[in-house]
Amino acid sequence: MSARKKDSEITWQDIDLGAVIRTAGNAAEYKTGDWRSEKPTWNKDRCIKCGICALFCPEGCIHHDKEGYFEADYYYCKGCGICARECWTQAITMGPEE
Amino acid sequence: MNKTAMTGMEGSLAMAEAVRLANVDVVAAYPITPQTHIVERLAEMVANGELNAAYIPVESEHSAMSACLGSSAAGARTFTATAGQGLELMHEVLYVASGLRLPIVMGVANRALSCPLSVWGDHSDVMSVRDTGWIQIFAENGQQAFDLTLCGFRIGENEKVLFPVMVHIDGFHVSHVVEPLYLLEQKQVDSFLPPFKHPFPLDPDNPVTVGAFAVPILYTEARKSMENALRSTRPFISYVFDEFAKLSGRQYKPVEHYRTEDADTLLLTMGSYSEIAMEAVDQLRDCGEKVGLIRIRLWRPFPFGELRQAVENCQTLVVLDRCISPAGPPGPVCSEVKAALYSQKKRPNVAGFIGGLGGRDLYVPEFIQMVERGRVIAAQGGEEIEMIGVRG
Ligand code: SF4
Ligand code: SF4
Repeated sequence: MSARKKDSEITWQDIDLGAVIRTAGNAAEYKTGDWRSEKPTWNKDRCIKCGICALFCPEGCIHHDKEGYFEADYYYCKGCGICARECWTQAITMGPEE
Repeated sequence: MNKTAMTGMEGSLAMAEAVRLANVDVVAAYPITPQTHIVERLAEMVANGELNAAYIPVESEHSAMSACLGSSAAGARTFTATAGQGLELMHEVLYVASGLRLPIVMGVANRALSCPLSVWGDHSDVMSVRDTGWIQIFAENGQQAFDLTLCGFRIGENEKVLFPVMVHIDGFHVSHVVEPLYLLEQKQVDSFLPPFKHPFPLDPDNPVTVGAFAVPILYTEARKSMENALRSTRPFISYVFDEFAKLSGRQYKPVEHYRTEDADTLLLTMGSYSEIAMEAVDQLRDCGEKVGLIRIRLWRPFPFGELRQAVENCQTLVVLDRCISPAGPPGPVCSEVKAALYSQKKRPNVAGFIGGLGGRDLYVPEFIQMVERGRVIAAQGGEEIEMIGVRG
């Protein structure tokens, strides 16, 4: 499947035999961020840098910032709220997506 | 032309012999009546060293087809066989084989579906897998079981095709009948069947993603691509039949004709009952009746052009279905034939009969009755289900 075209521009003639995907790792191109209706935000004053939120995130999209706190990559964060549920210091709040 | 002497052989064993000559790499199968003799013989060949293949004795038909997916995707020539409930159990995996374009060849010894339990032959199992995207070929005797299995590998594995192929033989009437037939020499088969090379085999050095999901914005395109590819295999299938004729002297066609010249009434059959229908045609011709027979050899991709051409000059077309679509149109073959003819300006009246269910034999008198009764109901345009040979 031609990886460079946008999904909405791929024609049936572009589909490879057996719908195989020849470019490895292109799941990274798939944006799950637009599924989000609620958005997690981090309160650094409450965070103890334990990393539990990053471990539980089903998208694997939570990573360290420069200071060693945690933040989400909103290209992938789908707003499931698991991070906020698991954080034991209530450092993460789910708020409405604009 | 093959000069080898005729050999007496059961239809199932003839299919197994074709698989051996095709030098298959992997057989993954689960025994089920009336298919069992095919895979039993293959297991024996592997155990005896007559066939250098991996035989995977799986725990179910679902696993059989799943194992076949893996071996075919790795680039191995792959065979399995099943029947009836076994075909139903592997149903969901059949779509994966065609969607992934894996040229598995499968023998199906057509069998009725439960309930009531029946191990005997009809086309209920075939019709339930009609839309799985497989190429489907009907053999009507042991010779054809042998020939068309070889054709199946050649067709399916070609880079222009790359689709799985079902070779249908009627349970018991073909699978368990010993018939005289011509085999082929290994070197003849080798010249007919080039090695299988999948363009995107499972290969750690060239990884590809196989069997990914498709979001709604892509699924339609993927299905269209697959449907178009299956439809486009038609010319190559005929080419393989022609090539096989050069090798063996036996010519197959997507739609075959028997004494159709000047016929005002045509019977239409698929599978082993075609042979009895031919006998009925001979007897009717002897009485001066202008009756002929059309046999659909290639069920998928459906041979629209050949069918329309075959029936364009007859007044009445009488279709036999060995499967019932309960409370639906009278028989899947009949309704497909009618659909194929609907757009034609000149088309025959069509009458559908259901018969030969669950191993019930139909003899010449039943075919003669279908012709006579068919002329009447076709002229009336009746839609009700007519069953032939049913008591009461
Ligand atoms: S809301 Fe869900 S997806 Fe988003 S960062 Fe939290 S756990 Fe990950
Ligand atoms: S789980 Fe809560 S406390 Fe732990 S790192 Fe994540 S935000 Fe900080």
